[in-house]
Amino acid sequence: MTRQIIFAITLLITLGVFSFTTYRLFRFFQLTRSGFPVRNIGKRLQIMLSVSFGQTKIFRRPVIGFFHALVFWGFCVILVGSIEMVIDGVGGVEKSLHFPGTFYDVIMASGDIFAFLVGISIVLFLVRRVFLHIKRFEGVEMKKISHQDANVALTLILFLMISLQGMNMAYVELQTRTGGDILGVYPVSQVLSGMFVGLPAESLELFYHFFWWSHILLIFLFANILPYSKHFHVFMSVPNTFLTRLEPLGKLTNMEHVMHEVQLMLNPEAAPAAATSVAAVSRFGVKDIEDITWKNYFDSLTCTECGRCTSVCPANITGKRLSPRKIMMDIRARMKEKGSLLIKQGKSFDDKRSLIRDLISEEELWACTTCNACAMECPVNINQPTLIVDMRRYLVMEEASAPGMLKTMFNNIENNGAPWQFSSEDRLGWAKDLNIKIK
Amino acid sequence: MADLKARGEQPEYLFWVGCAGAFDDRYKKVVRAFVKILSHLKVSYAVLGKEETCTGDPARRAGNEMLFHMQAFRNIETFRRYNIQKILTICPHCYNTFKHEYPDLGGHYEVVHYAVLLEQMIREGKLNPDNKVFQGKRVAYHDPCYLGRANNIYEEPRSIIKAVGAELREMKRNNSFALCCGAGGAQMFKEAEKGDKEVFIERTEEAMETSAQVIATTCPFCMKMMTDGIKYKNKEEELKNYDIAELIALAL
Repeated sequence: MTRQIIFAITLLITLGVFSFTTYRLFRFFQLTRSGFPVRNIGKRLQIMLSVSFGQTKIFRRPVIGFFHALVFWGFCVILVGSIEMVIDGVGGVEKSLHFPGTFYDVIMASGDIFAFLVGISIVLFLVRRVFLHIKRFEGVEMKKISHQDANVALTLILFLMISLQGMNMAYVELQTRTGGDILGVYPVSQVLSGMFVGLPAESLELFYHFFWWSHILLIFLFANILPYSKHFHVFMSVPNTFLTRLEPLGKLTNMEHVMHEVQLMLNPEAAPAAATSVAAVSRFGVKDIEDITWKNYFDSLTCTECGRCTSVCPANITGKRLSPRKIMMDIRARMKEKGSLLIKQGKSFDDKRSLIRDLISEEELWACTTCNACAMECPVNINQPTLIVDMRRYLVMEEASAPGMLKTMFNNIENNGAPWQFSSEDRLGWAKDLNIKIK
Repeated sequence: MADLKARGEQPEYLFWVGCAGAFDDRYKKVVRAFVKILSHLKVSYAVLGKEETCTGDPARRAGNEMLFHMQAFRNIETFRRYNIQKILTICPHCYNTFKHEYPDLGGHYEVVHYAVLLEQMIREGKLNPDNKVFQGKRVAYHDPCYLGRANNIYEEPRSIIKAVGAELREMKRNNSFALCCGAGGAQMFKEAEKGDKEVFIERTEEAMETSAQVIATTCPFCMKMMTDGIKYKNKEEELKNYDIAELIALAL
């Protein structure tokens, strides 16, 4: 009974902290602009199944991707065991989800095997991060804290797996020793439990409880640390793939109010309906955190700083200051900085800082070629280029600020209908002396 | 187009030449090669000539949404006046804008990229390039971002290169992994931001690693960048830059 009470209290604390975190994030989301409506559920489920559960995009780097896939699939299977442990803990029972038949055996056996495989993968990730120099993990945005963040999370996962394996090992050995039924199948622990052979039964019992409690408490801790680190990715990735921007990569978001304004200007009679639908717009494009859409913020929370985007960015590869990963990290950091103050002091709050310039320089924004390599590469379907263009929209339409040559290009298009300074009279130059009939 | 309308005729396609085709001396040659193929195929088409104006793509990507809409509005009006249903483009940027961005503005067309049309004609046996002309030539294909990643067109240009008998070489980064030439997102019209290297040089070096004799492209901006890259590397003798339309035209 005492055990149940202690368990219930820790569970309540965990849920309490988690609810607070969720509420805080919900308030941040309320500060953002509306993005696209979430329709087309069938297609979204399909993307979620392939990108999240099929890990299709992570496999674009097959070797390291394979180990990530092991960790992901492992988490999915092990989750069932964790739910069982919570029920066991509250109810004061053992193996509560056990039903006769193979299903339980399969789940438990996979969990046991995956605990081992995930453990191995995590060791590999840690070794890689600590001892090898991986270019993708470097860059101006990768501060010491980013590396610590990664190592802490990986170490936590490693301990989660060790405690799970230890718990299974002690359980198997204890049941074998006392002649009890082993509920479920534990192939790896069966082999490893050989290590416990010489131990007295009381120690085994103690070990089992130690590992059981360590595992569940680590889960509780993990769940509440994640939302404050880049590893929030663990919670956000699957929903983020469900919420993928469904437009083709080459398509930019249409600014409808600008469209209506232009239609009204160029053809007042034909667009009377447009006049009424022009909503008051506070600002063109994105200058600061309140101008981004909920999806931009969702993307930033999903980013785990893996750097695949930056490693394929042509601007970054050639030494320019743009790093798509940094854009996502800046969004997250700026929301943390300004979001809570906006909530406390109201929408008019101004800290004399902004996302553009104080966090993201114009130079970064103007280096983008909108090639979409970053968006193509992102394993969790984050879209960086549309946000970069939204920030350019702010610079151009609100501040008339753009590199001089682009201003010339705008003038040329306006005056000659071409980005270059040529007259439209000369557009048929290519057809000169051509031996075909131009109609 | 105006002349055809005056005669009451309606062509199947509007062939959208684009700014590079109209004004860039190198790319004018590509347009000439392409219309040579069109005539050979007896495709019914017309061009807008002086009535053609920028799609607005570079303005939009540079953040000038207002100017984009002004251009788009003019174009959609012109298309409406000539009752245009099918647009044939060579530039992937124009293609992308018509196909994906004009529908939001009420402009719905069947947009065809020339690589797709030419591949289809070859597949259907209507276009039979001589596969001896480029026999043994090593050709590296550079994927334009707005054809590949933006529009999933990867295979057609490659099968055209094979159809003219050339040996297709892949660069280290190819298909959806392809490296940009450096000109997209309105970079074509400005100086590059500060860095260690120009993107087009990085890409040209990658093409050189394949020991190709030709870099084949399907985009006017990519062509310009690759041409600059070859010049920068002083490889104008060993390495040529052709558009796939030119490859076919040379093999007709």
